Amino acid sequence: MEKSNVVLHVADVHKRFGGLHALADIDLQVEEGKTHAIIGPNGAGKSTLLNVIIGKLAPTSGQVVFDGTVLTGRKPYQINQLGIARVFQTPEIFADLSVLHNVMIPALAKRDGMFKLNMLRSLDSETGIRAEAEHMLEDVGMITRREMLAGSLSRGDKRRMELAMCLIQHPRLLLLDEPTAGMSRHDTNTTIELLKKIKSRGMTKVIIEHDMHVVFSLADKISVLAQGRIIADGSPDEVRGNPKVQEAYLGGAH
Amino acid sequence: MTTFMSRNDLFLFLGFTVVVLAMPIWLAPFGAGYPDLLQRFMIFGIFAVGFNILFGLTGYLSFGHAAFFGVGSYAAVWSFKLLTLDAIPAMIFAVLISGLFALIIGFLCLRRSGIYFSILTLAFAQMSYNLAYSVLTPITNGETGLQLTLADPRFLDAAMGQTFSGQPVPTLLGQQLGGYAGFYFCAGFLILSFFIAQRIAGSPFGMMLKAIKSNQTRMQFTGFNTRPYALSAFVISGMYAGLAGALLAVTDPLAGAERMQWTASGEVVLMTILGGVGTLVGPVIGAWIIKYFENILSALNDNILARFWSFLPEGVADVVVKITSKFVGDGWHLTLGLAFVIVVIFLPGGIMEGVRRIAAAFRRSGSSSAKPSARTQPAE
Ligand SMILES: Nc1ncnc2c1ncn2[C@@H]1O[C@H](COP(=O)(O)OP(=O)(O)O)[C@@H](O)[C@H]1O
Ligand SMILES: [Mg+2]
Repeated sequence: MEKSNVVLHVADVHKRFGGLHALADIDLQVEEGKTHAIIGPNGAGKSTLLNVIIGKLAPTSGQVVFDGTVLTGRKPYQINQLGIARVFQTPEIFADLSVLHNVMIPALAKRDGMFKLNMLRSLDSETGIRAEAEHMLEDVGMITRREMLAGSLSRGDKRRMELAMCLIQHPRLLLLDEPTAGMSRHDTNTTIELLKKIKSRGMTKVIIEHDMHVVFSLADKISVLAQGRIIADGSPDEVRGNPKVQEAYLGGAH
Repeated sequence: MTTFMSRNDLFLFLGFTVVVLAMPIWLAPFGAGYPDLLQRFMIFGIFAVGFNILFGLTGYLSFGHAAFFGVGSYAAVWSFKLLTLDAIPAMIFAVLISGLFALIIGFLCLRRSGIYFSILTLAFAQMSYNLAYSVLTPITNGETGLQLTLADPRFLDAAMGQTFSGQPVPTLLGQQLGGYAGFYFCAGFLILSFFIAQRIAGSPFGMMLKAIKSNQTRMQFTGFNTRPYALSAFVISGMYAGLAGALLAVTDPLAGAERMQWTASGEVVLMTILGGVGTLVGPVIGAWIIKYFENILSALNDNILARFWSFLPEGVADVVVKITSKFVGDGWHLTLGLAFVIVVIFLPGGIMEGVRRIAAAFRRSGSSSAKPSARTQPAE
């Protein structure tokens, strides 16, 4: 139990946007199978950190290592194929396609890899992938909406569908950028239950969240980010009791 | 059968086939039932179906596809000159050459997306057009255009001991491909093209293309390298264009560089949008409508107009003739532009959206209890 097994290591990462030091000297270690929460005020650099991990942004210096593989310099699709999926702060979905197809596409990426000229088969003959997608939609409680256009879903449903799009890939590392933002209390609770269920399956998660109820019910470890720096990290109880955190975040403007 | 093709797809395909094969009959009352025009319907239908795979499914707007059309024409004529007058080798040769050409141009243009991609395709097509008139005249025969002559070597025909007297014309298994034979030859290719496009749209690959159009960023974070997908779509649509160009060379074995001009590239964009971007039959209908009205309107002149308006009082008739004459003959592009503007403003989904709206209106008046918001993907 004590054996620490680091699967994601963000090492000395800096990111500058012109004069803005959005990430400064970030060192973050995420252990296998754990849920690691990142909290901090708006503009702290949380989303930027995820962007650096998944290859959307290149760090100004430093590197990200995932299970012994250096991610820095790789393309986003290569990073995904290594087993990293992300839910975005504003849902990134295929608005013009049906909910079912939205969930089938990532399943096909997992099965067929980054490119396959698969045009002689009919989509209707992909019964295995389809069943998998339907099963996933059942898990997130969206099976009745499978034929709807994804663009016409409510905000909360878009997020849930995006979560399903990530989960169907059985990623080794799941990055969640405010997965419950804009959800009702009821939907938030459903999502927490769902995320707890995944936890028991041993998936490693990094979650950015504003809702402390969500953070404290899910996280094994918390890092607090403020103005691009990690000002504290530790177990939920340690972080809760840390006066610096009280000042910068919990008791402050928020 | 069900996994090979869904019932709806099968009905659509059979319906399309019947409509195409019966065109000489049902178009006769419209004065369009003659082979020359029917052949053009088929050829530009193929061009538009292929263009839609890139533009409609994948969302990449090319302004240079006439280059591949032109390359197909030249390649086919060279096959007639060097190999044989039989049309099949010419088709195969043309599709391969235009595919290769599309691979190179697509590889370069797809380094950018959006408007920059469009500009790059336009630039490459105009370069091809200018090269055809200048440096490449040994291949293209410049302004005169590439034609068949009695002196052509035709090595395969010569090896088989076949000789011709008179002006050489393309054949299929020894049969001349003029008139209705030419139409049915082209129709066969349109039906085949449609079938392949239908299969592509209904395949996992087709879904990936639609997903790229919908959200390319998401595709990348989902683990797809989108570049080879877009490049495949580009090459496939380039091959369709080459096939169409080759068929034009079969029905009229004279290839000229004007086929590669930007106006020709723009025309296929108009056909696709007019008919309905992203739908299967829309682009074909768009091609037919544009070719039909081009045929009618460009043939009109002041004399015909004067006779048409002769029921009006003298002075008024003169003015009306003067105005309407700007919209016909060489000015028919003005009419086309006007029609295009009206469609884009009032029916952005093209004619197919119009059809869908009318069908929905009928369904609503048929059963008033039906929910109006039952949105599914457009049946196509
Ligand atoms: N692509 C970008 N270009 C320039 N500045 C950016 C970019 N992305 C984020 N920023 C800036 O970096 C800071 C951190 O942003 P972000 O990571 O989104 O914060 P958080 O997710 O913690 O709210 C903000 O000041 C934001 O304006
Ligand atoms: Mg953020």
